Amino acid sequence: MNKFPFAFLDEQSKKEIRRAILKGVAIPGYQVPFASREMPIGRGWGTGGLQITLALVGKEDVLKVIDQGSDESVNAVNIKKLVQNTTGVQTTIHTSEATLIQSRHRIPEVPLRSDQILVLQVPEPEPLRRVERSEFKTKQLHAEKEYSGAWLWLFEQIMRYNQTTQGADYPVLVHERYVMNPSPIPRFDNPKINDSDALILFGAGREKKIYAVPPYTKVESLAFDDYPFEIEKFEGKACKVTGLTNVFLDEMTDEVTGETYYVCNDTSFMQEYLEKRGTVNVR
Amino acid sequence: MGYVAVTGGQEAIEASLQHLSYERLKDGKFIDVQALKATMRGFLDQVMSESSLYSENLAALAMKQSEGNVEEAVFLLRAHRSTLPRLYYSTVTDAREMFVQRRISASFKDIPGGQILGASHDYLHRLLDFSLMEETEADVLAKKSEFEQMEVPEKSSLPLDHLPKVMDYLRNEGLINEFPLNDEEPDDVTKESLTFPSSRSERLQILTRGQTGAINSLGYAGLRGYGSSHPNVGEVRVGYQPIHIALDDDEDEYYIGSIKLTEVESFIPVNVSENGKEVLEFDIGYGACFGQNETKAIAMSILDHALENPENTPIHDEEFVLLQVDTVESTGFISHLKLPHYVTFQSKLEQVRKIKREGVPNE
Repeated sequence: MNKFPFAFLDEQSKKEIRRAILKGVAIPGYQVPFASREMPIGRGWGTGGLQITLALVGKEDVLKVIDQGSDESVNAVNIKKLVQNTTGVQTTIHTSEATLIQSRHRIPEVPLRSDQILVLQVPEPEPLRRVERSEFKTKQLHAEKEYSGAWLWLFEQIMRYNQTTQGADYPVLVHERYVMNPSPIPRFDNPKINDSDALILFGAGREKKIYAVPPYTKVESLAFDDYPFEIEKFEGKACKVTGLTNVFLDEMTDEVTGETYYVCNDTSFMQEYLEKRGTVNVR
Repeated sequence: MGYVAVTGGQEAIEASLQHLSYERLKDGKFIDVQALKATMRGFLDQVMSESSLYSENLAALAMKQSEGNVEEAVFLLRAHRSTLPRLYYSTVTDAREMFVQRRISASFKDIPGGQILGASHDYLHRLLDFSLMEETEADVLAKKSEFEQMEVPEKSSLPLDHLPKVMDYLRNEGLINEFPLNDEEPDDVTKESLTFPSSRSERLQILTRGQTGAINSLGYAGLRGYGSSHPNVGEVRVGYQPIHIALDDDEDEYYIGSIKLTEVESFIPVNVSENGKEVLEFDIGYGACFGQNETKAIAMSILDHALENPENTPIHDEEFVLLQVDTVESTGFISHLKLPHYVTFQSKLEQVRKIKREGVPNE
């Protein structure tokens, strides 16, 4: 890999990405267009997050990469390997040790600190795409703060099903100005974006947008007074390994008995929890 | 526990990668990059065009590495492109200076300089040539020398690097809908992200690097009733286009080489008003691609014209066309569906179960 520059991208590209990030931080929730570069991993496989990570990473950084809550998922391993091969930075699975965390579809269970940056991978940055397919028009709607479409879309779900039916990627209002897709994190993680200690950056490589939620920004999930926002509930269920109930759970099937059971989705959190209690070696 | 076990992901990936390497080697056969470069012209041209990186050497390497998978080869080259600083833009180049190897017009029987058929599959019966099955290097050399001893056919009456355009004939007659010459610096879609409404330079760049199949299909849809552009191919020319750059503080241009290019100008009849009355003139739909990619360049000329004239069909809708034709984007996003989605699915599952359990009140 030594034929490539530090952190893969050429310096001008990194500078341009950092400028887009700064603009995003200055206008919380606003989608900043950027000339997304082609990456050696698939468009749609985290290239937006990866470009942010590569533009920010320095030799002193400690990197953690998660995919769907797991440090060992194929895509997380792949991204981590690419960053490591082109920078030589240290990596970790422990959330608290990382300075830079790239994640797909989860915010870690361990609360983030103000000296950490969370980079989320975004497949569809445009919250209004569900109701308006034209980019030209959605840009205008944001400029005019015209979000009736987003509200109506939730209202129709309630009329039809007596509840909202958006699972993950549930839209939020940032700093009382921009409606934003938080990336396909479960609703369980939405409250973690509000008033976060850490800077949270969002990268959509294929759609060529970067946006940000700076620390201590007000972020509310869209909801009506009589139909408040609800996170996923795992009522009566607990992690089979740790017994924890206040975490996001994965549903599993026992290959032998066919029985359904649940375990912590954030695997490094689970591992740390067990190590602290002296029960090691999770498998 | 599936492919996101708590540990072991890394080892599994390593094993998969080794398996992939073995697939290329398992029959113990070898082909060198130079041989691919010499014999896989069509593949290289398509891949260079879609990756918007003109290098036959790297395209041949990408072909070897990807085991002939176009999608992967383009992907490799696009990713490589991201690591290269872009130092210069070429100066304006005119296809009238192309060293022409092939140049035909479907609009006129006789054109100045003549119809030059060059090398083309167009006049071929597509029958498998079983003699190639057993072809040896000695056969190749023998046939090559046979060709080289043949008498050179009649030469063009005009110099091949200064052939006039077919379009010029119509233009001199005042039948072309004229626009002022626009040589302003193009918007570079690889440096600034595309916004709408797009500029023509952005559209042409995205079309020329578009996936060949996607461009062909959309161009075809344009012909079949989803578009109003019905072109006559005025001219297809294929040849070597000289490229020059100019340094910032220097008036001189420097020749840096020539690239193989296909250029198409299609004639499309349009209504224009002239002195208060409606007349018919011709618009030009433009297509140009790296390498010899004639179908793609023609399809591009249809789409270029369709997008210049927005209408309420997908082919005339710039967002529909420009945002779906890129191979790295479409294949990347479709293939990402193979990634685990169990968190998002769990989130949805919880709602589906709840709605099923509680039922929905009758409206």
